[in-house]
Amino acid sequence: MSSVSPPPAGHPGSGLSRDEAPGGPTRSPRKRGGSSRKRGGGDRSMVPEADFQSYYGRPIVRPPVWTHDIAIYLFTGGLAAGSSLLAAGGQATGNAALRVAGRTTALGALGASTFFLIKDLGRPDRFLYMLRVAKPTSPMSMGTWLLSLFGGAAGVAAAAEVAPFLPDHGVLGLARKVLPPVGSAAGYGAAVLAPGLATYTAVLFADTAVPSWNAVYPDLPFMFAGSALASGAGVGLIAAPGRPARRMAVAGAAIELAAGHRVEHGYGMLSEPYTTGRPGKLLRAARILTVAGAVGAVVGRRSRVVSALAGVSLLAGSVLTRFGVFEGGVHSAEDPRYTVVPQREGLNKAGGNKVSGPAPTT
Amino acid sequence: MGSNSLYGPLDPAPDAGYTDAPPRMGFFTDTSVCIGCKACEVACKTWNAVPDDGFDLLGHSYDNTGGLTANSWRHVAFIEQPRSSSGAGTDVPGAFAGLPVGPSSVPATNVVAARAGADTGTSPGIRPAVDALAAAATAGTEFLGTAPATQASPAGGAQFLGMPMTDLPGRVNEAPRTDFRWLMMSNVCKHCTHAGCLDVCPTGALFRTEFGTVVVQEDICNGCGYCISACPYGVIDRREDDGRAWKCTLCYDRLGDGLEPACAKACPTESIQFGELSELRERAARRVETLHENGVAEARLYGNDPSDGVGGDGAFFLLLDEPEVYGLPPDPHVPTRDIVLMWKRAGLAALTMAATAVVAFAGRRQ
Repeated sequence: MSSVSPPPAGHPGSGLSRDEAPGGPTRSPRKRGGSSRKRGGGDRSMVPEADFQSYYGRPIVRPPVWTHDIAIYLFTGGLAAGSSLLAAGGQATGNAALRVAGRTTALGALGASTFFLIKDLGRPDRFLYMLRVAKPTSPMSMGTWLLSLFGGAAGVAAAAEVAPFLPDHGVLGLARKVLPPVGSAAGYGAAVLAPGLATYTAVLFADTAVPSWNAVYPDLPFMFAGSALASGAGVGLIAAPGRPARRMAVAGAAIELAAGHRVEHGYGMLSEPYTTGRPGKLLRAARILTVAGAVGAVVGRRSRVVSALAGVSLLAGSVLTRFGVFEGGVHSAEDPRYTVVPQREGLNKAGGNKVSGPAPTT
Repeated sequence: MGSNSLYGPLDPAPDAGYTDAPPRMGFFTDTSVCIGCKACEVACKTWNAVPDDGFDLLGHSYDNTGGLTANSWRHVAFIEQPRSSSGAGTDVPGAFAGLPVGPSSVPATNVVAARAGADTGTSPGIRPAVDALAAAATAGTEFLGTAPATQASPAGGAQFLGMPMTDLPGRVNEAPRTDFRWLMMSNVCKHCTHAGCLDVCPTGALFRTEFGTVVVQEDICNGCGYCISACPYGVIDRREDDGRAWKCTLCYDRLGDGLEPACAKACPTESIQFGELSELRERAARRVETLHENGVAEARLYGNDPSDGVGGDGAFFLLLDEPEVYGLPPDPHVPTRDIVLMWKRAGLAALTMAATAVVAFAGRRQ
């Protein structure tokens, strides 16, 4: 570095000005979202109140242009993945009710996913341009291919469910005979792709400059995987409650809650947007619904109604999880604090040297 | 792909597959000689036929552009600071000797400015600050306690938008001495060595040119918006009425004809210098040395270091304060720096998910 090293905090020209104003307080107590931020004893040690400079308080990184369509897509994509796993399980264990429910939900969720993804484009008529290239550095490119392949498989699997309603003779009769085995293969194919479909969205969010999405990349895929499993299990609990769906519900909820806890508390200041304001409320509500769903799935195993309610609770929890993560990231991009302070702290720790090198491998 | 394709020092054009690529071209923007004339903004708009971005008074000193957007590919930032031109604060004895004194409009206008949003016809465009009080502190820390901040009523009434005062500085004496310096910087797309926007573009609309710059092909872009979230500098933006992403092309069309970009051509003080990046880096290092010798200790380069988080910028700067004061991230990195780790974690999560499903269905049948 040929540039001069920055002066220490507190000096004029330093990034962290701690000068007291001559004859007046430097800063008024900061208010966020209309109410004073709670600084309970637990919070205090975790996130120190950071002082920073910015250009008229404007965001540095640009908040995502994505609308809630993308939060909905996270849910529907996860639901498609979870329910196709459910369908494949039903297929393998001869549970027709699970298979049918899983396949139809997967197809419906897939249709919704495609709709919301295309709707969110600035030029929806150019959606096919997504398939011009395949780029591993672009999670969106990888995801589009994954979604397309999954869509083919899940579509065929769902189409196979009409076989019993076809006539015995003629071309349709042939279809009646051919569809079940083809649907079976397609169902397994979709199940193989499903975990990728459910987790690539975490990379999609993490591979951005949005501070609170980028930082949590080690745990976000697990949070989304758990959420997808829980939502798939939710469909199972509604349509055909049984041991597999209950197990999947409990395991999915456990994975989601464990990973979610690390996202919300393990990243210092960059976890803050997930615990405060609207995203914090959404994620707290999601946690309650997910826990209620998992508990309901276990204790309600003798009641169809309780099982179905547990399923609804899991689905609602999954929706709110996605909205909470989406909005938490948007909030972290809107406030320049989350861009400046972590980078500045890193610089100060390293004595002014750039520390943006690769993160230590985990 | 080379070993540094994702991260680290690299010559981007050959890495992108060009054989016999011309030298990497770029900008060196020396903010110490910027006079804030905005000729660069105008020249850029004129040459590239960029639409207007509204005619708002933002109250950011003389900055009524607000920032880089899809409709502003050059942006001149104005920062008013209660510091002498040598960078010394009010607590340094003698720093203001012989300079005019009088009230500046900094703290009050910062609050108003921070609340002002500008409709630039782009999305996200220029957004109001999340926290106006913090924003007020960004360039007028020493004055927040004494400034007539309460006069700027956001609920209505007259808002002081930082327009020039009607009296001469120093003639009014009711406020304490408030000497300040003006920092001006013409911001632009950095044309990173490792460009987040280019890495994540799912259509191939963004590409690396033979000059090592990064350009959007408007006939390919489908407005997915991914590049906008992937830029660590918040440069690229989407045009609302058109749905596509736009940013500086470093005048790719002019470069092809051996011309310099419009902004550099128009700059009257050679604050914006265009040339071969290697040559510009040497020139910038000499300039910093000269400034240090002349007592401007706070002069520092930004984005010149090929070992930084984006592999060095194709457009780098000489700044007179910390980067964040100009709205630049202090130590940015390209999000794809960790893409391999991200995919590994996602793969692990996917395997966990598959295993969970298998276990859920294992065992005796219902």
